[in-house]
Amino acid sequence: MSDRLLDIQNLSVTFGGLHALRDLNFHVDEGEIVSVIGPNGAGKTTFFNMISGMVAPTSGEILFEGQSIVGLDPNQITGLGIARTFQNVRLFANMTIAENIMVAQHCRTKQGAWGALFQTKAFREEERAIRAHAEKVLGFFGTRLIGYRLDQPAAVLSYANRRRLEVARAMATSPKLILLDEPVAGMNPKESAELTELIGKLRSEWGFTVVMIEHDMSVVRDVSDRVVVLDHGEPIAQGTYEEVSTDPQVIEAYLGRPVDGAA
Amino acid sequence: MIPTAAVEATSDSAPTGFAWRRDGLQWNSVEVEWRKVINWGGLCALGLVFIALSGMLVGLDGRPVLQRYFSLGYLAMVWLPLLLGQAVNNEVVREGIAGRPRGAGDLLAGATVGGLGGLGLGALILGIANFDLRDPLVNWSPQLLALLGFNQGNTFGFVVWILLGAALGMLGASLHLMGPDLRRLVGIVVGTVLFVAIFETIIVDLAKGFRLVFVTDFLYGLRGGLLAEGVVALAVVAGAAAVLGQGRIKEAKASLAALEGTERKWANAILLVVAAALLVIVPQFTGKITNELLANVGIFLLLALGLNIVVGLAGILDLGYVAFFAVGGYATAVLTSPRSNFLPAVCDTFLWFECEPASLPWALALVVVVIVAALTGLFIGAPVIRMRGDYLAIVTLGFGEIIRLLFLSDWLTGFFGGAQGVTNIPPADFGLFEVAGIDPRSVFYLVLFFCGVAIYISWRLERSRIGRAWMAIREDESVAEAMGINTVNMKLMAFVVGAILASFGGAIFAAKVGSIFPSSFLILVSIIILVVVIVGGIGNIPGVILGAVVLIGVLGGPKQPGLLQEFSQYKLLIYGALLIWMMLKRPEGLLPNARRTRELHQDEFLQDAWLKGEVDLDDDDPTGGRPAAEGTVPMETTPGDSASGEVAPA
Repeated sequence: MSDRLLDIQNLSVTFGGLHALRDLNFHVDEGEIVSVIGPNGAGKTTFFNMISGMVAPTSGEILFEGQSIVGLDPNQITGLGIARTFQNVRLFANMTIAENIMVAQHCRTKQGAWGALFQTKAFREEERAIRAHAEKVLGFFGTRLIGYRLDQPAAVLSYANRRRLEVARAMATSPKLILLDEPVAGMNPKESAELTELIGKLRSEWGFTVVMIEHDMSVVRDVSDRVVVLDHGEPIAQGTYEEVSTDPQVIEAYLGRPVDGAA
Repeated sequence: MIPTAAVEATSDSAPTGFAWRRDGLQWNSVEVEWRKVINWGGLCALGLVFIALSGMLVGLDGRPVLQRYFSLGYLAMVWLPLLLGQAVNNEVVREGIAGRPRGAGDLLAGATVGGLGGLGLGALILGIANFDLRDPLVNWSPQLLALLGFNQGNTFGFVVWILLGAALGMLGASLHLMGPDLRRLVGIVVGTVLFVAIFETIIVDLAKGFRLVFVTDFLYGLRGGLLAEGVVALAVVAGAAAVLGQGRIKEAKASLAALEGTERKWANAILLVVAAALLVIVPQFTGKITNELLANVGIFLLLALGLNIVVGLAGILDLGYVAFFAVGGYATAVLTSPRSNFLPAVCDTFLWFECEPASLPWALALVVVVIVAALTGLFIGAPVIRMRGDYLAIVTLGFGEIIRLLFLSDWLTGFFGGAQGVTNIPPADFGLFEVAGIDPRSVFYLVLFFCGVAIYISWRLERSRIGRAWMAIREDESVAEAMGINTVNMKLMAFVVGAILASFGGAIFAAKVGSIFPSSFLILVSIIILVVVIVGGIGNIPGVILGAVVLIGVLGGPKQPGLLQEFSQYKLLIYGALLIWMMLKRPEGLLPNARRTRELHQDEFLQDAWLKGEVDLDDDDPTGGRPAAEGTVPMETTPGDSASGEVAPA
């Protein structure tokens, strides 16, 4: 299929004897919002790490826009247009909010030492453009991250704002596909409802395709076109939220197996 | 700046006039934490015994500080009880919590600490008098005993040291009882007298240059050391200046900080021009000693600025930085020296024709040197850069030694002269003027130029796309990579820029010294440059400059004497002590980078920000209203990662 943005074929990864992921087949079409759910330890974050190049798969193939990205460095993959956030917020805490976003545009800009040393016109224009883009991206979250906040270190931000800044930093790399690892974890219901709406806008306003790991089922229900359920490194169900939420295997994975079925 | 929460509460509010006494002193009740005081007293005793046995008392006795009364040897001892007597009463006061009352308790604590220190020396007197431990302890000598007894006998010494220690400790403690104005006055007067006494050599040299010899003749005695009338005059002048100038500097600073926009830019530009002009003009008047010192400081500053890019900006802990200094020095030497066997040996070994030593002019050689250094940077960097943290530090350490050993090796003796090195390096000839070691002023100007270049490069790169990438790598390398930064390339770039700056230093060093030996490039050089960067303030250019001035200028480089020539034997001891003290008390350096301070004092910083209402506590709504629960359980913001130190709302 030509409109497959990301196509994962028979992907496996083992850490020692542990199968973190086994024979995963998965695809994302352009413009989709797909949620990946599953109990703790199901391999969801490993799955993201593999797409973003931080962990190498043991076998299988990952195609992004028809091109294999297995074995590329994380920065090359980001350069091709896959951005991610981290489950345990990993901002550059001592850089300012603006700098966090500006540095994420690294792979989309190109001025080197020469421009910086001689302050060429191209350099100054690019710096201006980087700053302008940073403000635009941060403006997506309302007034929370702009204005006087721009030059404050990320460390002073509240928890929810750090999460927002994580998303903003991924957006600033100008990706085609954005991977959100538990974007609303730790937020209160109001905040998560608001972020859910923004995730919808990531597609409608910014044109990103979104893959999201999430535990909060209301967020998954509200925003995703499709849901994939992982358990013990294996995909056990795929489909719409309604289909998946009634799947007996999924219920079993979340609530536990009957006693007589225990291995 | 350090967050205020960490600063000891020393500033009492002075009502009006001259605040000579601290408010609310308590004289009738005594509160002393005896456990702490005795620990500190023990520390004082150990310190004093250590200083005595390190040989400072005997070794520095010949150098008078106050003529006929007081030698540098005694000065090297008495500062400790004074300082510890003050420090034992320091108290970290957290915002909003009352400190303990000050008064007699402080004096008692200080006196006890100092007295215990004196008792330690008393014990040493008894020890030396009764046992012979000269075998392991070379300074366990009759001379030491005589000096410890002030040449008046052991009993006299024993009693006097205890009394003297207690008095000094009490004096130190009394600083806590003084009002801010008096404390400032005392600090300035004592500081000035000590400064003028200790830095006699350089002050005399400066006075000669500025034709002010009559001043130094008045201050100092013939055989060195301040005269009594000199001390009095100094104290009066310094005191008057302190009283008259009170608040002026602060005001000037505040008005400078208040400037904004273009005015600010102009003020900064003017200050920069004035500083540059001073640096250019002053060496015209100063003598050879001063200029030699300035040149040494400059060379090490250049190296430190280069290392600052590698360690401070990109966060690569390079312990083998001397390698690039060596490459710069050797490359310059073999290209310019007519006695170098390098080119003939290369032709002989690899080519079919014979050739002469290159004997290039220095400026032309520098072009080649830069290329060679950059290539060496790439060559060493490429395998090293993929490692992180401790591994990287150790591997760079190894490469630093490898380079030196290569220059020393028999295998390459034909090219680099082995232990004999390369000699007869001509001065750097620029047509209009010549830079030679015998004329330290010219060396200083050359170094000044290259330091300017290095500062410009650091400054511009830090505020660019590359600088931001380095910063991100320093913060979290794997996230930086996931955000699209080619970490290998960026780190290599830092390595190469650092290598080029070090090679400038090497090239100037070669032209200055005139001969290059492997022993000039010991691992110690790497360490000292790193200490300069750390003590000055990693990642902050003014800090690095201050670090170079303080360490290289005052203490001296690995082989270069500093202002405190008398202490050159104890240089490494002082370096070590200073480094330990810095790591404990001020890990961010003397003039720190704001970012680095934040990193190291995150708790205090967040506390301050919270008190000032800058911490963003409001997750719900930018307008500030926290809505009532909408049919759900009301949720407080729960920071998921408590390790990050976010201040949770009460």
